[in-house]
Amino acid sequence: MHKAQSASALLIGLGMLIALGFLPAAGAGVNEAVPAAGPDSAGVPGVLPPTITAIEDTPNDGGTSIDITWEASPSEAIAPGSVIEYSIMRSDAEAGEFENFGTVPAGSTTYSDGGLQHDRPYWYKVTAVGLDSEAASEVSGPGYGRMQWFDDGLESVLALTVLICALIIGSIIYARHKSGLMYLRRLPVFDAIDEAIGRATEMGKKVLFIMGQLDVDDPQTVASMNILARVADRTATYGATLDIPCVWPMAMSMARETVKESYLRAGKPDEYDEDDIYYMTTDQFGYVAGVDGIMMRDRPAANFYLGAFYAESLIFAETGYTIGAIQIAGTAEVDQLPFFVVACDYTLIGEELYAAGASLSGDPVQVGSIRGQDIAKAVFVVMILVGVILRLIGIDIFTEWLAIG
Amino acid sequence: MRLRIPLAIIFVMGIFTIVSHFIPAQPVADLNQTFRNWYIGIISFFIFLGTVNLARSNSEKIKTRARDWKYSIILIISLAVMLVAGFYKGRTSMEEGNPFMYLYFNVQYPLESTMYSLLAFFITSAAFRAFRARNREAVLLLVAAVLVMLGRVPIGAAMWDGFPDVTEWIMSFPNAAAKRGIRLGIDLGLISMALRMILGIERSYMQ
Repeated sequence: MHKAQSASALLIGLGMLIALGFLPAAGAGVNEAVPAAGPDSAGVPGVLPPTITAIEDTPNDGGTSIDITWEASPSEAIAPGSVIEYSIMRSDAEAGEFENFGTVPAGSTTYSDGGLQHDRPYWYKVTAVGLDSEAASEVSGPGYGRMQWFDDGLESVLALTVLICALIIGSIIYARHKSGLMYLRRLPVFDAIDEAIGRATEMGKKVLFIMGQLDVDDPQTVASMNILARVADRTATYGATLDIPCVWPMAMSMARETVKESYLRAGKPDEYDEDDIYYMTTDQFGYVAGVDGIMMRDRPAANFYLGAFYAESLIFAETGYTIGAIQIAGTAEVDQLPFFVVACDYTLIGEELYAAGASLSGDPVQVGSIRGQDIAKAVFVVMILVGVILRLIGIDIFTEWLAIG
Repeated sequence: MRLRIPLAIIFVMGIFTIVSHFIPAQPVADLNQTFRNWYIGIISFFIFLGTVNLARSNSEKIKTRARDWKYSIILIISLAVMLVAGFYKGRTSMEEGNPFMYLYFNVQYPLESTMYSLLAFFITSAAFRAFRARNREAVLLLVAAVLVMLGRVPIGAAMWDGFPDVTEWIMSFPNAAAKRGIRLGIDLGLISMALRMILGIERSYMQ
């Protein structure tokens, strides 16, 4: 009797715990998903599952990504706010274990699943996650990531690249045969280079050359190096001292070779001093402090700022202005150009920086490439006008073709 | 031969870089990444060389008692302290007691901020010269600058609520148009220079 009473009390206690929700009911696994759909027993609507509509290869990639598209859970419309996010579950077998590989907020209906292996099948489920319930879609798949060998979103870019290259190479070939006919407007800054170095020589002061903040992988630094070759030719000829503090050691090494070659060409290898070209720091404002210190102590007569510049551009140019140096600047950083224009004597604006090396060389073949670039510019102006006119009369095909992606 | 091999490397790498932009296929992307990794490796090596160069040239200044040699002592000591601090607990850990990060946030960072703050004064002095109404273009620049400044500060909107709209118009139309024109020229100039280098026509940097 005593045993029967104890067993009854235990059963009643368990029943109460189950009713209060502290223990799972019979048949409900601990890890089983919360009710998938429909109102629950307390009358709170559960989350309804989304429906996967497409599993497609992501276009124009290396085959490592698949796009999943789904219809949002109807719960989003029935009870706004009931869905918090969607979890993207992936498996490499239809009946395999699905793992969460990504989450997007409610309202999203697409996801690009990356980091996959190409030509391998993948299956997906999308789970709508609510505050206290979640519901998974049916399993969809298989989807495959396919490798593409041409990015057709860049069709117009390729066509224009080929056109520009053809114009420039055509002009180079033309210049090779008809060099006498080529005319190129000479920029005043080219004469100013000689003038500035000559002045520094007469005053017995240094020529300071700054190559910008970026390393040799930036085209502006390479353009700067091309001009440095000409500047070093002049300093070697006139006997002026070059001072080149560098931000990047690789740029320093390249500048040393460039200057050394210039001194060899000028027949004055003994006047080349590699200590004039030295590494300072890769830290932006540490470099600014160092260069400003050089300017204030050594008071160079000519300052060249050629390359990629950022916030330091005006600090350099204004410090140079206060010491009365002739200042020649050039950058392709559009936002820094106004500072140089205001504070320097001469400024190479954007494309002039890239053209200066070729123009200073006087080589008709190099000058020919600049002419090709100008023809390309004229073609672009015509294209802009045509595009504007077509848009105004309601024809979008041209601008749509030009749009990337 | 001394020139031909580097020129051949530049040609092959230049063409590959252009072509790889249009080919998304994984083998090409992987090869591109490999080349980038090589570049990072080379840079790391050069950073070491740069540091050696810095230490050597400043040691030389101290040894020969060259002008301002006392600054070189400070540089060498700072370099050594940061080096030891970096090796002691690394530079990525933000935990308290990391000497490198302590020095970075309490010495280097304030010094850099000080240099950056100089910009405010330099902008003022440069603007003073730039906005002098010497000719018609300078007057145009002055008027545009004053309008933009008034549209960007609260007192401008307080004076007339149309200033922010005028500023927006100047920045979105004349300013954006001019910048895009310059940008177009820059990009064409860049392509032209890249072609000259790939084809080995411009090689003043490696003669």
